[in-house]
Amino acid sequence: MVWLAAMRTRAELEVRQVRGRPVCSNVPRLAALFLFVFILFPQIAAAADEPANSDCLACHGEKSLTTKRAGRAVSLFVDEKKFNSSVHGSLSCTNCHADLAGKELPHETPLAKVNCGTCHSDEAEQHARSLHGKALARGDALAPRCVSCHGNHDIVPVKDPGSAVAPLKVPFVCGQCHQEGTPVQMNRNIGQHNILENFSESIHGQGLLKKGLVVAPSCISCHTAHSILPHNDPNSSIARHNIAKTCTKCHAEIEQVHRKTIRGELWEKQANMLPACVDCHQPHKVRTLFYSQGMADADCMRCHGNERLHASDGRKLFVRADEVAGSRHAKVACSQCHSQVNASRVRPCETITHGVDCTACHAETGQQYERSIHGKLSAKSDPNAPSCKECHGGHGVLGKHDPRSLTFATNVPDLCARCHRSGEKAAVRYSGSERDIIARYTESIHGKGLLKSGLTVTATCTSCHTAHGELPASDPESTVNPKNVPGTCGQCHHGIQEQFIESVHSATVTKSTKALPVCNDCHTAHSIRRTDEDVFRLDTMSKCGRCHESLAQAYFDTYHGKVSRLGYSKTAKCWDCHGAHDILPPADARSHLSRANVVATCEKCHAGATRRFAGYLTHATHHDPRKYPFLFWAFWGMTGLLVGTFVISGIHTLLWFPRAMQMRRELRAAEARANGTGENGSEQANGSPPRDGDNA
Amino acid sequence: MPEGKQEVGRAGAGDPVAVVLQDHSATAGSGAGLAGPRNHREFVRFTRLHRALHACMVVSFITLALTGLSLKFSYTVWARALSHLLGGFETAGFIHRTAALVMFGTFVTHIVDLYQRRRRSQTTWRDFLFGPNSMLPVERDFYELVATMKWFVGAGPRPQYGRWTYWEKFDYFAVFWGILIIGSTGLTLWFPVFFTRFLPGSFLNVATIIHSDEALLATGFIFTVHFFNTHLRPEKFPMDTTIFTGHMPLAELKRDKPREYEALLASGELEEHLEEPQPEVVVKTIRAFAWTALSIGFSIIVWIVYAMVFAYR
Repeated sequence: MVWLAAMRTRAELEVRQVRGRPVCSNVPRLAALFLFVFILFPQIAAAADEPANSDCLACHGEKSLTTKRAGRAVSLFVDEKKFNSSVHGSLSCTNCHADLAGKELPHETPLAKVNCGTCHSDEAEQHARSLHGKALARGDALAPRCVSCHGNHDIVPVKDPGSAVAPLKVPFVCGQCHQEGTPVQMNRNIGQHNILENFSESIHGQGLLKKGLVVAPSCISCHTAHSILPHNDPNSSIARHNIAKTCTKCHAEIEQVHRKTIRGELWEKQANMLPACVDCHQPHKVRTLFYSQGMADADCMRCHGNERLHASDGRKLFVRADEVAGSRHAKVACSQCHSQVNASRVRPCETITHGVDCTACHAETGQQYERSIHGKLSAKSDPNAPSCKECHGGHGVLGKHDPRSLTFATNVPDLCARCHRSGEKAAVRYSGSERDIIARYTESIHGKGLLKSGLTVTATCTSCHTAHGELPASDPESTVNPKNVPGTCGQCHHGIQEQFIESVHSATVTKSTKALPVCNDCHTAHSIRRTDEDVFRLDTMSKCGRCHESLAQAYFDTYHGKVSRLGYSKTAKCWDCHGAHDILPPADARSHLSRANVVATCEKCHAGATRRFAGYLTHATHHDPRKYPFLFWAFWGMTGLLVGTFVISGIHTLLWFPRAMQMRRELRAAEARANGTGENGSEQANGSPPRDGDNA
Repeated sequence: MPEGKQEVGRAGAGDPVAVVLQDHSATAGSGAGLAGPRNHREFVRFTRLHRALHACMVVSFITLALTGLSLKFSYTVWARALSHLLGGFETAGFIHRTAALVMFGTFVTHIVDLYQRRRRSQTTWRDFLFGPNSMLPVERDFYELVATMKWFVGAGPRPQYGRWTYWEKFDYFAVFWGILIIGSTGLTLWFPVFFTRFLPGSFLNVATIIHSDEALLATGFIFTVHFFNTHLRPEKFPMDTTIFTGHMPLAELKRDKPREYEALLASGELEEHLEEPQPEVVVKTIRAFAWTALSIGFSIIVWIVYAMVFAYR
């Protein structure tokens, strides 16, 4: 046995030496294997204490043979039939389970892990260098071993459709780990998501899985079977500079149909200067393209480059090549959008029956649009419904980050205004409560920020209404539905939203059948002002009173309210005491008006305020004798005094009046007598009827 | 009135005043038939200080009324316009407090003046306070009130009033009371933080009601009852300016305050109380001032009626 062990070691050494050679073709490796098998096999067979396969199967042929591993029963059954027909059927058990050699049977458990690398040294080495192998070396329990993919006793040749790693099965072998919800996808840093799902929907996946085209690429076609490396490893088949090589393994002549993109041989020579395939064709989402392969823009421009080209209905059909070249779609071929062309026709476009369908590429956006009010109108063939082109333009389409684009932030209000400005077609159809939307927005803090200050992060129409999913506020799905408004505003005003959702006005705090206020109920939807502006402070005051009617009315009976009503913003308004977004009932310890906080709240304006000072009734009314008896009686006491005084003095004056008139008449008469008798009457006038003379 | 004649006669034989007085006594009640070269000398009813204090009262009172009511009736358009005209609620508040200080000053000056006059008059407090020239209501005022009522209904003659009639005393104490009540509550509202150190916070609410309603009473009373009783009575129409000029025609003194006239005549002090009339320009200025005050007062009444009756909330 010692000799045998020595022989095995030598043989292994030989194998390793062979493996160490720079050129590692299969011929010397197989030769070594044969040598090994032929030289050693007779001796192994001859050795009496070497267990034969039949010895092993005496136990392992029993289906009931199990063992416990990590608390679970694991079957140790080996199907003799399957094993014999497997690619390893001619080998002895001990060839792989080498540690069984010379052991007494039944042997002790567990056995050492089988080292496939003893024979499959290249694969083992690739695996060791790969992502999977390194993970295994780190002791990652999730890392796959050979058996994870290949199985163990029933391994059949790869060409056999029954193989675990037959082309059709590869996606599922990889997908055991690389699909949503698996421990690997959840716990390891995997850059892609929905890998198996996306792949199976891609043109590659459909070819392979739907059409059973075994030459269609599976995972290993791009990632390799054993040298799986991350894309940032320069040796990886999916490293940026290797992608072209990887894809051209199948798409050998791809540059013929990518003339515009790759200018021929640049593809191979300077792949890093060019977009990699995956830049346009998402790695696992390689789409079915509807356009006719083999069409080039030059073919289209032969006719459409002519300025005088017109359709039979008079439309100009001239396409300015420079417009397309400067557009977002500069790298998109004509036929990708005008997808019904047929390259085999002399006039390839004669097969076109429909307009451009942008959703062929912009599928998600298209779905949003279909759900939007714009899309719904469009589905009803409403002439007012805006199409993609109306907002984005045609051949000259630009990205939303290009300041020249119609959809650049600062241009959006003007874009929407085309239909939504007062008097325009959308404004005329609209029956809601908002008026002069565009004009008001332009004067609002958002409008000024965006249009005057050019602050592109300021909210524009699409920030609240979304770009493609616009819905009326009455629609519960709408971003501007009251239910969703806090979240919509919270996209930017996150801190405020956090305060608001804790407040008494939040639907999560107060369960009420009445409509709770949301952002726009106080701030308005389109006329939003700075909150430190007087106009805002005064306007908003009346808003609380829409629900808190009696409180607001009583507030206007106090000094704070009266000054506010005079048109001044400095005295305390509702939110100066109650808070603006973090309003809580005074009974809540966090409230600005809680026992612990109220004095500090008063002190914001009244330095040195005390707890007694805070006892001032800010919503007092003298009309409620039960709640405020002091005020009630003070008011009615004063009113009684007032009325009493006026009644008594009024009667006194009224009674006096006829007597006073009588006196006046007598004085006049006396004066007349004096004037009649004396020549110096005017001087005397000073004396007698007192003032008439002065007045004369 | 031989005694009176003698007294006056002592002042100087052939003195026109004596003639005047004599004539008066001869034609008592007629108020006419005066003769003599200097018969236009007038009775000085109010000293310079009194006139100045009244003018200060007029200015401060109207200012307080305008600024205060603009807040009380803040719900009217007038109030907003006025508040903006005055330079905003803060400026209006400043003006209000300044005017209040002027009124306090007037009040204090008056009290100090009373003390000094008592000292000069060399009488006891008792005599000073309950003498015929005192503002304090006395028993006689009650009888005069009753007699006046009889006169009103034609059941008796016009009473022989003294220096101060009962309604004048009422006006005087209305102001006295008003300054104490409105002033004290006003101070509370001016310094709320200080006063709530020893008063409950809700007292500020009570103070607001008292301050505001008492002010309404004061303005309403002054601009209607006081105006009628003192300045606009038909027999004095269009305007009694005595409080501004300080002067009262002798005939009017004799007619309106016969008891005072008789007493002065009897004590022979009348001559001391006579003065040349105010120069024409002073009278004109005073008239302009008085009419302005009166107009503002009436406007305020119109405003109050509008706010209380037509726009009340």
